[in-house]
Amino acid sequence: MTMLVQFIQRAVMQGVPLLFGSTGEILTEKSGHLNLGIPGIMYVGAISGVIGSFFYEEKVGAANINPFLAVIIPLLTSMLGSLIMGLIYCFLTVSLRANQNVTGLALTTFGVGFGNFFGGSLIKISGSSMPAITLSATSKCFKTTLPFANSLGVIGKLLFSYSFLAYVAIVVALIAGYILNHTRTGLHLRAVGENPATADAAGINVNRYKYVTTCIGSVIAGLGGLYYVMDYASGIWSNGGFGDRGWLAVAIVIFAIWRPNIAILASILFGGLFIIYNYVSIPGMGIEAQELFKMLPYLVTLIVLIITSMREKRESQPPQSLGLSYFREDR
Amino acid sequence: MLGFHIVKRKNMEWWKAWLVRIGSILLGALVCAAVTVFLTGKDPVNVFTTMVDGAFGTERRIWSLLQGIAMLLCVSLAVTPAFKMRFWNIGAEGQALMGGLASAACMMFIGDRFPNWLMLIVMAVTSMLAGAIWAVIPAIFKARWNTNETLFTLMMNYIAIQFVSYFICVYATGGSGKIDVINPVTHTGWLPAIGGKSYLLNIIIVLILTVIMYIYLKYSKQGYEIAVVGESENTAKYIGINVPKVIIRTMIISGLLCGIAGFLLVSGADHTISRDTIAGRGFTAIMVSWLAKFNPVVMILTSFLLVFFEKGSIEVSQLCGLNASFSDIITGIIIFFIIGSEFFINYQIKKNEKEVKAS
Repeated sequence: MTMLVQFIQRAVMQGVPLLFGSTGEILTEKSGHLNLGIPGIMYVGAISGVIGSFFYEEKVGAANINPFLAVIIPLLTSMLGSLIMGLIYCFLTVSLRANQNVTGLALTTFGVGFGNFFGGSLIKISGSSMPAITLSATSKCFKTTLPFANSLGVIGKLLFSYSFLAYVAIVVALIAGYILNHTRTGLHLRAVGENPATADAAGINVNRYKYVTTCIGSVIAGLGGLYYVMDYASGIWSNGGFGDRGWLAVAIVIFAIWRPNIAILASILFGGLFIIYNYVSIPGMGIEAQELFKMLPYLVTLIVLIITSMREKRESQPPQSLGLSYFREDR
Repeated sequence: MLGFHIVKRKNMEWWKAWLVRIGSILLGALVCAAVTVFLTGKDPVNVFTTMVDGAFGTERRIWSLLQGIAMLLCVSLAVTPAFKMRFWNIGAEGQALMGGLASAACMMFIGDRFPNWLMLIVMAVTSMLAGAIWAVIPAIFKARWNTNETLFTLMMNYIAIQFVSYFICVYATGGSGKIDVINPVTHTGWLPAIGGKSYLLNIIIVLILTVIMYIYLKYSKQGYEIAVVGESENTAKYIGINVPKVIIRTMIISGLLCGIAGFLLVSGADHTISRDTIAGRGFTAIMVSWLAKFNPVVMILTSFLLVFFEKGSIEVSQLCGLNASFSDIITGIIIFFIIGSEFFINYQIKKNEKEVKAS
C-alpha cells in the first residue's frame, strides 16, 4: 500500500512537467501550429529559471534569501526565456511563414543546446566560486507544501503533498480547457486552427491569435522545465537531465486528443509509465527488461495515434490546418 | 492599415536568391560572433580563426570534417524523397539507428563465417532492411488511414532508442554498460581503409549515393511521381498516380538509405553501437535537406555549412573551457537566419497603393 501511494505520488511529480508541456502544446496546436520546439522551450524555461535564481542566490547569499523573491525571480526569468523562444517561433512561422517542422526542430536544437551550455558553463562565465549549480535554498522555497498535508494520511499524501507549481499546472490546464471549449475566444482560436481563411473572412485577426496563443503556450511549457529543475531535481542542474520529456509532452497531446482536461490524467499516466520500470519486474528477466518498459509511453502513444486515425471521429482529429502556414493572398 | 502588404514573388533569379541566402548566413554569423564575444570575451577575428582551425587545422580534422559531412549528407539524402512528397519523416534517427543495430548484431554474431567482403554485403543488406522496416510501418498507416506521420515517426525514434538500449544491456561488454569496439583484432565487418584513409570509402559511397539520388529525383518517373504527390495529392490522383503506393515505395527508399547511414556509421566509423550512434543527425538532416530545397547536390553545401559550424564552435568552446553544447546554439542561430531568409526570396513587401499616391 505504501508502495502504491509512493508510486502514485512519484507519477504525479513526473507528470507535472509533462502536463505543463502538453497544455502549452495543445494551445499552440489549436492555433494551427505544430510546435516541435517544445522540448527546446522547456529546456530554456528550466535554465532561465536557474540563471535567475543563481544570480539572486549569488547576490544575497543562499542563507538569507527572501522566500517570496526566491520564487518570483526564477518564475519571471523562466517565463521571459520561454516567451522569447515563443516569439522566435512565431516570428519565423507566422510572420515569415517558414516551415513549422524545420523551425520547431531548429528551436529544439537551439533550446537544448542553450540549456546544456549554460548549465555547464554558467559558473565559469559568471566567475562564481560555487563548485556546481545547486540551488537547494531556492528549491526549498519551491517545494513548500501545504502544512496539513502529512496529517491527513493517505488522502493527504495523494492529494495535498505536492508543491504549488503542481497545482498551478492543473489549474492552468483546467482554465485552458474551459477557454478552448466554452468561450468565444476559444471558438475563434479553434476556427483559426481549423481553417484560417474562414476565420479571417469572419473578421478574426488570425495572426494575432496565432502569436498570442503560441507565446502563451511556450510560457506554460517553459514552466514545466522550471518545475522539473527546481522541484523534481531539487535545484540541481545536470546536463541532459531533463531528457526527452519534451517529446513525451508532444505525445500526450495526441493521447489527450487535444483536450487539456484529459491531458491532466494522461500526464499522470505517462508519468507513471515513465517510472514504472522501477516498480515491476518480469520473472526470468534481469535489469535489461527495464529498457523495454521505458518504451511504454511511446508505444501507448502510437496505439492511440493509430486508433484515433482509424476511427475518423471528427472530434478527435488534429486541427485541420495543423502544420500549414496561412497566407491570406493565397486563397 | 499597416501601410504595407505582402505579395508572392514570381520567380527570383537564382543568383539573387543565393545572394539573399549568403547574406542571411553572413548576418547569422555576425550574430553568432556577437554572442561568442559576449560569452567568451575573445575578439571576433580570433574566434573565427579558431573555428577554421577546429575544422581544417590538421589532416585528421579535415578527415573528420569530411566524414561528418558525408554522414550527415547520407541521412539527408535519405529523408529527401519523403520530404519532397510532403511526408514529414522525422524518424530518420530511429531508422538509421535500427540499421546500425543490424550491422552491429551481424558483426557480433555471424562474425567469422564469411569472408569479409561477403560479410560487408550481408551487413549492408540487413541494415537496409532494418531501416526500411522501421520506415515502412508509419508509411503503411499514413497510406491506409492517413495517420499523422510526423508524430508516428517521432515515436518510432524513441522505440528504436530503447530497443538499442535493451540490446546494449543484454550484450554489454563486461559490466561496462556499453558495447566496446567489436572485433578489434580481426576487424571483421569493418569497412576497409583505402590508402590508409579509414573514412575515404564512406565518403565515396555517399558521393555516389548523392549522384544517384539527384538523378532519381530529377529524371526518373518515380521521382516525378514523388514531386506530383508533394505538390498536390489531388492532382496526383487525377492523373492516375497510385498515391498510397508512392508513399510506401518512397518511404522504403528513405528507410533503405537510413539503413545505409547506420551501416556506414557502425561499420565504417564507430565499430560499435550506442544510443548516440546517430548523434541527432536524423533531426539535423531535416534542416540540411530543407535548406537545400531538396536538391541533393546543394545538400553537400548545406551539410558542409552545418558540420563546419559544429566542429568550429566545439573547438572554440573547448579552448575557452566552455560546454560543447555551444555548437548547438551557434547552429540554431545560423538555421534561424537561413529559415527567415526564405521569406525574402518567396515574398516581397510592397507599400500600399494609397500611401504611394499620397506621397
